[in-house]
Amino acid sequence: MGIRVDGVTKIFGAFKALDGVDLHVPAGELVALLGPSGSGKTSLLRIIAGLERPDHGTILFGGEDATARDVRERRVGFVFQHYALFRHMTVFENVAFGLRVRPRSRRPGQQDIRARVEQLLRLVQLDWLGDRLPSQLSGGQRQRVALARALAVEPEVLLLDEPFGSLDAKVRQELRRWLRRLHDEIHLTGVFVTHDQEEALEVADRVVVMNQGRIEQVGRPEEVFDRPATSFVMNFLGSVNIFHGRVESGKALLGPFSLDYPDHPHAESRPAAGYTRPHELDVSRSEDGDGLWARLSGLNVAGPVVKLELSAPAGPIQVEMARDRYDDLKPQLGETLYVRPRKVRIFLGSDREEGGL
Amino acid sequence: MTESPLVRLFVILAALVFLGLFLIVPLVAVFTQAFEKGLAAYLAAIREPDAWSAIRLTLLAAAVAVPLNVAFGLAASWAVAKFEFRGKGLLSTLIDLPFAVSPVIAGMIFVILFGRTGFLGEWLARHDVRIIFAVPGVILATLFVTFPFVARELIPLMQASGKEEEEAARVLGAGGWQIFRRVTLPNVKWGLLYGIILCNARAMGEFGAVSVVSGHIRGRTNTLPLHVEILYNEYNFQAAFAVASLLTFLALVTLILKSWVERKSRRSEADAASG
Amino acid sequence: MKRVFTSHNVLPGFGLSMGFTMLYLSLIVLIPLAALIFRAMTHGFGAMWATVTEPRVIASFRLSFGASFLAACVNGVFGLTVAWALVRYRFPGRRLIDALVDLPFALPTAVAGIALTSVYAPNGWLGRPLEAIGMPVAFRPLGVIVALTFIGLPFVVRTLQPVIEDLDQEVEEAAASLGANRGQTFVRVILPSLLPAWLTGFTLSFARAIGEYGSVVFISGNLPLRTEIAPLLIMTKLEQYDYAGATAISVVMLLASFALLWIINALQWWSGRRAAARR
Repeated sequence: MGIRVDGVTKIFGAFKALDGVDLHVPAGELVALLGPSGSGKTSLLRIIAGLERPDHGTILFGGEDATARDVRERRVGFVFQHYALFRHMTVFENVAFGLRVRPRSRRPGQQDIRARVEQLLRLVQLDWLGDRLPSQLSGGQRQRVALARALAVEPEVLLLDEPFGSLDAKVRQELRRWLRRLHDEIHLTGVFVTHDQEEALEVADRVVVMNQGRIEQVGRPEEVFDRPATSFVMNFLGSVNIFHGRVESGKALLGPFSLDYPDHPHAESRPAAGYTRPHELDVSRSEDGDGLWARLSGLNVAGPVVKLELSAPAGPIQVEMARDRYDDLKPQLGETLYVRPRKVRIFLGSDREEGGL
Repeated sequence: MTESPLVRLFVILAALVFLGLFLIVPLVAVFTQAFEKGLAAYLAAIREPDAWSAIRLTLLAAAVAVPLNVAFGLAASWAVAKFEFRGKGLLSTLIDLPFAVSPVIAGMIFVILFGRTGFLGEWLARHDVRIIFAVPGVILATLFVTFPFVARELIPLMQASGKEEEEAARVLGAGGWQIFRRVTLPNVKWGLLYGIILCNARAMGEFGAVSVVSGHIRGRTNTLPLHVEILYNEYNFQAAFAVASLLTFLALVTLILKSWVERKSRRSEADAASG
Repeated sequence: MKRVFTSHNVLPGFGLSMGFTMLYLSLIVLIPLAALIFRAMTHGFGAMWATVTEPRVIASFRLSFGASFLAACVNGVFGLTVAWALVRYRFPGRRLIDALVDLPFALPTAVAGIALTSVYAPNGWLGRPLEAIGMPVAFRPLGVIVALTFIGLPFVVRTLQPVIEDLDQEVEEAAASLGANRGQTFVRVILPSLLPAWLTGFTLSFARAIGEYGSVVFISGNLPLRTEIAPLLIMTKLEQYDYAGATAISVVMLLASFALLWIINALQWWSGRRAAARR
């Protein structure tokens, strides 16, 4: 079932958590709401769930207006950030809860409940833990119980609030891949909130980048990563080097670089900045194309990617290069090297513009 | 990292002597004097009809006050802990107010409302309703002094457990009563029991407030503590202590239950904290 | 209507629970207390002032507040001792003693009153030796202090206990590693961090003692101008149908109680902030 969010605004006191947000989540897709804290992503998720009411705007589930529909009737599964497991109930009872509280006419029999819960616990690979209390589980196990509990009511939409937020790095990796596989198996429409760009890019079909109550960009992971619509998206999705300058008469003048910028043919000058990712910079010993000389001041060789820090007059520059390239070049600390960006994205003030090299 | 053995011994001894002089010696005195004239005299003092009627009234007052205060405590803590509204701080302070009021004043406010020269006195007299110097007055005074016990245990407990579990239950389709009965209540059950135990002890033991409104009518409006007072003032010390020993026994049972509940709730808190 | 009070919340029952809360609070607490204040105002300020400045009334205030203060001081000192011993030391009977500290909460005040009187009376177990060394207790102001100490005993212990449990022992070790001896550590490091809770316990114990009636009336002797506490004087005036006098004294007592309640709230806010800052 697809979800449509139309012009949703939410105000808490003097704080505008959401400001006219429009969003379409196609049926069967797994969508990430990505943004820093305070960007409104959790508010949006809670509004979709029906845990909050929007001040303006509508929520449509499968084309039907669900704005006024109570959370109980929305048929959503919600996984809370801290799981909100019922601490006095066993894992089994937690998962069975949604079935047991149904009105008598729609409540399955004891046998059916047992079968359904056991099936779900197998799905989340916890069928051997049914008798435990939540306090006896690890974080990752709790997370999966919360998921099984949400799935027990056969929701048409699955919503997850920072699903991996409070887990340690290794468990997080596993669970991410597991959630992706699970989603491919059961094909629910899913929305999850995260502040971790890696998580969003790895797990989601589609990423919604949010900032200050607005959506900055919606797109497939590779789209938002390679073609960020705004400087915020560029900045949020990974480390960047920023070169400040201006554009005028079809040229971008960014400190040491001067690039063609046909989008601004006017003579009048406007402030602009060039953004380039550390792996989009070439380093060599000879002056080659449009670049600058900088001194190598830091080096981290551990891992498949080598990280270099160079000091240029305008400030430090971060570079990442493949291990093979590093082995060919063998740069020494203190050496002066030539740095040339393969790709620079130019953003004017707050306008959404992009230019290539 | 601790003090020298000598300092430690001194601190422990000081604590024990202090508690001995103020708690243990009076406690022992109650039972010693209750049985001073033997078991027969003890039983006679307790079996006396006036003592029986005092026991009945005390039980009645507790039987009214505890359920009402439980209902109030649950309602107030649900409203305060699960919802946001203006004036919440003020409401919490008002709930604690009866603790700050002297028991004598607690009794007196009902005399001023319902007494012969009180605001509603004339109206009540015309309709032949007696509240002051009658059982309803005793119950009202008991309600006032036991008012905060359950609520003040539950409010911090419910606030600390937040409302995520209730929201989760809601998303899973549970109705209001289902959420309350299956999720909220099990989470606060030890705190609730704790509040009930304290509320009950105070309801059965209240003296000052009840003393003002009861009128000390033997066999009619005397509670156990008031009966103790009358016997004592008549210099019938043995009987006074015999009846007092019942209340002391109640207090000891209260303490035992209380520390049992404390241990239970600490354990379930530890579970929740690791959970 | 509901939205004026509360932002949207998916949990049901706000109207019902809030409605019952306000109704019950009004009927049992607010309306009766308001009636007292109203009654006091109808008598006029002049008459009230005349009552509360009578020598007998002044003497009762002096006794009530003075004895309560001294009892709170005794509890302040020994409450800290008891709390420290219970939390930091292991000795036989510790659990029993710990449970027994709450006895004054659980024991009806009338029972406490007659028990203390019989123990501290001139022919009592403790009264006789104390009288022999020239320190009679019962039927004297000292007896009032004894009863009020009993009543306020749990407050200081119970407010200090959790704070001592939460004290970070690393801080004491740090003080020792910096060269402080145990006494210096106690005075300079431990006591300051116990201060807010200690003051809270002291004030709670003081506030409870001011209004206390049951445990005091038996041991005090109730001599006007000498051993008559203010709550007893209210009782006496009520029995004489002197409602004006009784309300006047009550209003003064209530004002003192509210002031103390306010101080206690402020102290708890202070110690709460301290506890939060430690985390």
